[in-house]
Amino acid sequence: MNDIFRNTWPDYDPGRYFCELTRKRPGAGPVPDWLIQRLGRIGLDALRARASAAETELIDLGVTFTVYSDATAIDRILPFDCIPRVLTAGEWDLLERACIQRVAALNAFLGDIYGPGHIVRDGVIPAELVYGNSNYRPEMKDFPVPHGTYVHVCGIDIIRDEFGDFRVLEDNARTPSGVSYVIENRHLMLRTFPDLMAGIKLLPVDDYGRRLRAAMTEIAPGGDDDPQVVLLSPGIYNSAYFEHVFLAREMGVPLVVGADLVVENERVYMRTISGLRRVHTIYRRLNDDFLDPAVFRPDSMLGVRGLISAWKAGNVAIANAVGTGVADDKAVYAYMPRIIKYYLGEEALIQNVETHICREAEGLQYTLDNLHKLVTKPVGESGGYGITIGPRASKEELDVARASILADPGNWISQPMIGLSVAPTLAEEGIGPRHLDLRPFIVTGKESWVLPGGLTRVAMKRGSLIVNSSQGGGSKDTWVLADDFGQGDGA
Amino acid sequence: MNQMRFDAVLLARDAEGLFWMARYLERVENLARLIDVTQSFESPGFETDAWFGLIRINADEKNFKARGFSPDATHVKRFYLLDRGNPTSVPGNLEDARTNARTLRPLMSTEMWRQINVFHRFVGRITPEDLEGDALSRLCTKLKDGVQAHTGITEGTLYRDQGWYFYELGRLIERADQTTRMLDIKYTALLPQGREEKRVAELTQWNAILRAAAGYHAFKRRTRASFSSEDVVHFLLRDPSSPRSALLCVRRAESHLDDLRRIYGLSAAGEAIELAEYLRELLLEMPIGHILAAGLHEYLDIVQIHIQKLAAAIGRAFFRDWQPAEPAPVGGQSQSQTQGPAEAVA
Repeated sequence: MNDIFRNTWPDYDPGRYFCELTRKRPGAGPVPDWLIQRLGRIGLDALRARASAAETELIDLGVTFTVYSDATAIDRILPFDCIPRVLTAGEWDLLERACIQRVAALNAFLGDIYGPGHIVRDGVIPAELVYGNSNYRPEMKDFPVPHGTYVHVCGIDIIRDEFGDFRVLEDNARTPSGVSYVIENRHLMLRTFPDLMAGIKLLPVDDYGRRLRAAMTEIAPGGDDDPQVVLLSPGIYNSAYFEHVFLAREMGVPLVVGADLVVENERVYMRTISGLRRVHTIYRRLNDDFLDPAVFRPDSMLGVRGLISAWKAGNVAIANAVGTGVADDKAVYAYMPRIIKYYLGEEALIQNVETHICREAEGLQYTLDNLHKLVTKPVGESGGYGITIGPRASKEELDVARASILADPGNWISQPMIGLSVAPTLAEEGIGPRHLDLRPFIVTGKESWVLPGGLTRVAMKRGSLIVNSSQGGGSKDTWVLADDFGQGDGA
Repeated sequence: MNQMRFDAVLLARDAEGLFWMARYLERVENLARLIDVTQSFESPGFETDAWFGLIRINADEKNFKARGFSPDATHVKRFYLLDRGNPTSVPGNLEDARTNARTLRPLMSTEMWRQINVFHRFVGRITPEDLEGDALSRLCTKLKDGVQAHTGITEGTLYRDQGWYFYELGRLIERADQTTRMLDIKYTALLPQGREEKRVAELTQWNAILRAAAGYHAFKRRTRASFSSEDVVHFLLRDPSSPRSALLCVRRAESHLDDLRRIYGLSAAGEAIELAEYLRELLLEMPIGHILAAGLHEYLDIVQIHIQKLAAAIGRAFFRDWQPAEPAPVGGQSQSQTQGPAEAVA
């Protein structure tokens, strides 16, 4: 560990985990000492005071998400940790290329399985896993999408193991959320810690809205260069409503709910004070199931009747496309390295976490035999729900997990427990190591663009590996250094 | 080439949200004004009458009883300042205003949103102690400050496209409505009844009403030393310059509707413009003496019904799913307050 750091925070001990701030990266330039020095100069008391002011600011600004449990709904802020997570230019170069590669493979895969289905016929992935998948949408069969892009907005969850190697934990190809926090966190840091950031060249994060709107323009029907784009939200009771507002504002487009839209003659319109107004592109933050009661769930009050027919008539674009859920499924995930190789002829730039598929006899047996060593996850869930961490589970919890897996093996995967990397985080005991991950966001119209950095989610509880916001996780500002050696004066 | 869009769209739902957000916040300010004045000028022995007057102004008799309150000063204060379950209370109105603000967040400035958020939190923390003694007046001042900060921030930051007009229309219509309500109830309670000392007491009460309508000093400047109740009625209904007079509110609403038709080509404003014209004439046509002789309450009831009709016409022309309130028969009690959608999203 770094001497300056040891002198500044003598009690900080990341143990066997890879520390994002204090561990040297092979071939990636020096560890950013200046950040540690600056943090040391501010001191613990001032850090706490400023962190508390920052949280008050988030509450005042209503930068909140909603947590639902039973009958209650509570607006919470995403806890914000003021010590940034730093990515070097070299690390970012790899992450950026890996994300673009992954999205290219996801789109090629979707185009294939909703088209000719070569990958299934070539035996790379079992037919049942694709066509029997509950997220496979037969409605999408042979329906071409502009530029072959199905996944316009993708969030890829990436972790770092004990050796400092990045690994993809999960693809989010439906309606990934969290990007608003990336930008809000940066603004908050600029206001609260100008002295921490002074003179440091970081890649900017405020281009996201423009890029997203450009992608939405590129996919609009008829090549209109100023189409009417809207953001379709489930409304104020959705836990990500703040983000919907944020994105509508950043794009400069109306935020609509299902009831604002109407389909006539296979065209989509919104209800305005001057009557119906044509809509060309819909960035929807609504699951497939709810989009159109005429096609999917008939009880959906959130969607728009006739939307899918308007889409299939080529009169409106929908992002993300319907049916992307089959590609980010946790079971399909296990095949991603092979999917990348199949379509792109390349090795995955960032590897998966080793995954055992319980729908396969071998994977099931291995999982059951090693339950106490593995993390088991239901394939259809997100948000960290339903996960059992074997090494930390009681005997009763393991029995429950075993019973659930045996009851429906196809619904489960297991992975070895990865010692997620840690970073110094402001905690009750002072500055302590906390586990974190990274979710970069990739926007794709004609081409892919990756927002520099991404959302760093951090488990605020000591020792916890669960970073999801619904489970008490927080976030950090993610700094991508513009270059590794010209990083400020170091003073 | 100029890349600006001049035909920016306004969703019908958002127009409705702006209209109602302004109304709910205006109600908070009016409640604070009425409570403050009732507190400052309650006369010993008549406290209950004075406080129950608030219930009558808002036509809340049924609601008040249904929520288990009894007609005394403490209960009326709690009903309006602490009872979140009461939609006509300060917390109830602010909850609805903030819910609307959430749906309108894409159109509002960050400053507006922050202030409503902070104000909402303040109102949610009102305690029974804040309703006691001299604390109550301070609380009312803070509530007025809160709404006035909102209107000030809105004036300085809200983009003035069609949405701003709907916001203004909501505020003006609510204000005209509130002024006529207050006049209605207080005038009935203050009918001149002879003896000189009673008359002096009444003058004090009239002053209180003028203060509640933020018109005390302007009224003094505009009238003779010895004024009559007729002068006060005239001022509150017809003064061309008092920001809270019914006439000024109606005239400005008419002018906004006219702008919507002229500048934004919204011909659907026609019916509402006609109603606003009619309302303006109704406020001006008869000498105040005649109105008082024929019965102020009956007259104000007609004015209130037409204010509601104006709001309904705006709703029919522009909003998504407006449902007009059932107009109550003329006479008897006051018109109950209409409620807009706290939110239009399921």
